[in-house]
Amino acid sequence: MIHRHDVIIIGAGLAGSRAAVEIGQVADVAVLSKVYPSRSHSGAAQGGIAASLANISKTDRWEFHMFDTVKGSDYLGDQDAIELMVREAPETVIEMEHWGCPFSRTEEGKIAQRKFGGHTLEFGKEPSLRACYSADFTGHVLLHTLHEQCLKHNVNFYSEFQALSLIFRDNRAIGVTAWDMVNGGLHTFYGRAVMFGTGGYGRAFHITSNAHANTGDGLALVTRAGLPLQDLEFVQFHPTGLWKSGILVTEGARGEGGYLVNGEGRRFMEDYAPTLMELAPRDMVSRSMQTEIDEGRGIKGEDYIHIDVSHLGEQKLMERLPQITELAMNFAGVDPRIEPIPIQPTAHYSMGGIPANPNCRVTYNANRDETVGFYAAGECSCISVHGANRLGTNSLLEALLFGRRAGKQIVEDLPHLEFPNLPADYEDEAKGEVEKMFNSTGKEKVGAIRDELQKSMTLDCGVFRTKEQLEKQHTKIEELEDRFKHITIDDKGNRFNTDLLEAIEMKHLLSFSGAIVEGALQREESRGGHSRKDFPKRDDDKFLKHTLAWRKDGKWELTFDKPVVLEGVSHKGFEPMERKY
Amino acid sequence: MAKRTFKIFRFNPETDEKPSYKTYEIDVQPAWTILDVLNEIKWFQDGTLTYRRSCRHGICGSCAMMVNGINNLACELQIATMKKDPIVIDPLPGFEIYKDLAVNMDPFYEALKRVKPWLINNDPAPSRERLQSQEEFALMGNSIACILCAACTSSCPSFWTDGEYLGPAALLKAFRYTFDTRDHGLDQRIEALDNKHGLWRCHKITNCFTACPKNLNPTEAISKLQKRIVEEKL
Ligand SMILES: Cc1cc2nc3c(=O)[nH]c(=O)nc-3n(C[C@H](O)[C@H](O)[C@H](O)COP(=O)(O)OP(=O)(O)OC[C@H]3O[C@@H](n4cnc5c(N)ncnc54)[C@H](O)[C@@H]3O)c2cc1C
Ligand code: SF4
Ligand code: FES
Repeated sequence: MIHRHDVIIIGAGLAGSRAAVEIGQVADVAVLSKVYPSRSHSGAAQGGIAASLANISKTDRWEFHMFDTVKGSDYLGDQDAIELMVREAPETVIEMEHWGCPFSRTEEGKIAQRKFGGHTLEFGKEPSLRACYSADFTGHVLLHTLHEQCLKHNVNFYSEFQALSLIFRDNRAIGVTAWDMVNGGLHTFYGRAVMFGTGGYGRAFHITSNAHANTGDGLALVTRAGLPLQDLEFVQFHPTGLWKSGILVTEGARGEGGYLVNGEGRRFMEDYAPTLMELAPRDMVSRSMQTEIDEGRGIKGEDYIHIDVSHLGEQKLMERLPQITELAMNFAGVDPRIEPIPIQPTAHYSMGGIPANPNCRVTYNANRDETVGFYAAGECSCISVHGANRLGTNSLLEALLFGRRAGKQIVEDLPHLEFPNLPADYEDEAKGEVEKMFNSTGKEKVGAIRDELQKSMTLDCGVFRTKEQLEKQHTKIEELEDRFKHITIDDKGNRFNTDLLEAIEMKHLLSFSGAIVEGALQREESRGGHSRKDFPKRDDDKFLKHTLAWRKDGKWELTFDKPVVLEGVSHKGFEPMERKY
Repeated sequence: MAKRTFKIFRFNPETDEKPSYKTYEIDVQPAWTILDVLNEIKWFQDGTLTYRRSCRHGICGSCAMMVNGINNLACELQIATMKKDPIVIDPLPGFEIYKDLAVNMDPFYEALKRVKPWLINNDPAPSRERLQSQEEFALMGNSIACILCAACTSSCPSFWTDGEYLGPAALLKAFRYTFDTRDHGLDQRIEALDNKHGLWRCHKITNCFTACPKNLNPTEAISKLQKRIVEEKL
C-alpha cells in the first residue's frame, strides 16, 4: 500500500512528536512509530531538562550554559549549534509549561530546577540549578504532554509501523518503506519532506539503560542509502546503572546530594574531581568508577560501586526520587532509604549519529553540503551540540528543541518542495530483506548472535578502550555478520511477527556497531566519552575534527577532516582548554 | 537458579482455531522478572511467542498482562516473589487478541481521546511560565505518573460489560486535567464525562486500584470528579 502525506516523520519521541505538533497545524503530517507514541524511550528520562530559567540560581545565563556545554563536549561540539540551543532553551521549556506539562514547582510557583553534573555558574565556579524537572519522571511528563498536543492537532499516527528502508535518490529523500506490525505487509510512505527522530542505540551493549526498542534503526537505514554517520565512537556510559541490569539511577540522585563510595567506604571522587566531586560530567565519573573497579576497589572487590542516598531521608526521596526508590527495590532488591544501591557504568547515550546542521537538514560531507527534503533531530542526529560527551539534561533539551526547529524549518521549506516521484524500485530493498528473513534456513539464532554482540561490545568497546580490544571486536563483528547470514527465524507468519522485526533490528545493530568500533580504533586520542588507554591525551592537532563514516561494500570508510565550528552565532566562542573540574 | 513452570496463553488468529496454553520449563536466574522469562523463551526456545515490551523498567507501559489472574507489568514482576507453580500468563482481558499476549488497544486509546486529554486554556499565555503553587500542583496527586498500561481498565467489570465505558485510565486523565489549576476545560469535557458510559458507569469495584502497577487510585479520582461535576451543575 502506498501512503502520501506532505511530511513523513519516523519516530514519536520528543524529537518526532515536537516536530509533528509544529507541522500538524499547517500541513498533512504522518508519524510512524514502532511502539505506541507514548511508549517511546523519551518517556524513560528521569532527571530533567536544561534551561537557564534562573528560577533558583538567579544569576544563571545562557552564556554559562553555553560554556558548560562546550567544555562538557571536550570541545568537539559545534558552537554555533550550541549557542542556538542554549539561547532557545528557556522559551522551548516554557512553551511546554504553557501546553500543560506538569513540572514540579518552586515555593514561588515557578518551574522547579535542580543541580546536574557539569552545569555551573560563572564559567565553572559553582554548580547551577538549571535542570527543570518533574520529580524523577521528567521525560514521561514531557512525552505525554507532547503526545496529547499531537492528539489535539489530529496528527496522523501510524503506530506499530516499523520503517525498513529509506527511499533516497539523487540527494533527495523521497520516503520510507515500513512493515505493518499488526497485520504484516509492506507499506510505502512518501512525501515532500522526510524527518528522522528514531532515537538511540543502547541495545548494541549488554549493560545499557536503554529500552529494547533502541536499536538505532535510523542509522542503519541512512547508511544503506549511501549517507555517512558522524562521531559514532562517542558513546556515553552513564556512571549509575543498576548493577547487572544497567537500568538507570538518575544523575538527579547525585544532584539531590547522593554520593559515591568505593569498597573502602571512601568518597573516591575527591581524587578525580575535587571541585565538583560526584557532579563532575558523566564521562569523568564513569572513568573514575571504572578505575576504582579495575584496581580492585569495587564493593567486595567486585565490578560495582555504591551510591548512597539514604541520608536524604524518606520524605525527600519520596518527593524528589520516587521512581529511583521503586527501581532500586524492584530491580536491585535494596531499600535506598536505609542502604546504598549497587551500580556500574551503563551504555546510555549516543553522541554521534546522522550529521545535520542547526536547521536539522541532513548533510552528507565534510563541507556540510545539504541533502534535499531530509531532516533529522534528537538522539539519532548529530547536530553536534554534545561533541564528545553530553551533559545530563541536555539531550531532552536537544530532542525537544531541535524537534521544534526541524518542524519550523520543514514548514518554511514546504512551499519549495514538490512531491517527488516514487522510483520504480522503491520497495525492492525492503522486500528483498523481508523475503530473505522468511526464507533463510540456516541454523544460527538471532538471540545468540545478539547476546554475543552485546557482551563483546560492553567488554571491548566500553568505558576504556585499547587497540588490541578494538581489533578483537572488529574481527568479532565480522564473524557475527557472517554468521548472521545463516539465521533462521521461527515465526513465518504475517500477524504481529516480532520475531521477524527483531531479526531486522539485529542486522542494524551489527551494521552500525562496526562504525563505533572503527571510529574508536582510528581515533587515536582520548576525548570525552571515548577513552583510549593507549592514547590517554586529547590530540587537538589531529583530532579536533568530526569523524564521518560511510559503509561501502560491507566495510567502513572513515574520514577525519570535518572541522568543528569553534565560534557561536553571536558569541565569539570558547577556545579549547584542558578539561578539569 | 531454580526451575519454574510457566503456562502461557497462545493464540494466533491467522492459524489457530482456538486458544490454548503452552507449558515451558525455564531455569530462572536470580532477580528475573516475568519479562526476562518471556525473552528467554522467545530468544532461545520459541521465536513465535508474541508480546509487547520496550523499556523493561516499568515506565513505558507496553508489557501489561495478566499473571496468575492479576493484571501487572511483566517487566516489574519478580519471579522470586511468586510462590504458585505453574505461573500462568494471560493477555489483558477485555480486549481483542492480536496474537498471544499482544492485544488490540485501540478502544483504550480512543476512550482516552474522548476526554480531550490536553490542557484547555484560552487565556493568552504569559511570557514566562504560568505560576502554580506547590499546593495547587499537589491537587493532581500522582495522576501525572500514569503510564497508560491499561492494567486498570482491563480489570474493570464495568468495562467488560460496556465497551463504550471510558474506563478508569481515561477518567484518571480527565481528573488530571480537571484538577490542574491551569486548565479551564471542564465544560468541554463534561459531555463525555457526565453520562452513562462516563463517570456514572463506575460502581466502585476498585479492581483498577488493585491492578495499577504504579499504585495510582483511579477510583478515588473518579469520586472526586463526580463530586466536582455535581457541584458544577448546582
Ligand atoms: C533511562 C534514561 C534516562 C534519561 N534521562 C535523561 C534526562 O534526565 N535528561 C536528558 O536530557 N536526557 C535523558 N536521557 C536521554 C534522552 O531521554 C534521549 O536522548 C531522548 O529522549 C531521545 O529522544 P528522541 O525523540 O530522539 O528518541 P526516542 O524518544 O527514543 O524516540 C525514538 C522514536 O523512534 C521510533 N523508531 C525507532 N526506530 C523506528 C523504526 N525503524 N520505525 C519506526 N519507528 C521507529 C520509536 O518508536 C520512537 O517513537 C535519558 C535516557 C535514558 C535511556
Ligand atoms: S492508572 Fe495505573 S493501571 Fe491504569 S493505565 Fe495508568 S498506570 Fe496503568
Ligand atoms: S517494558 Fe516498559 S513498562 Fe514493562
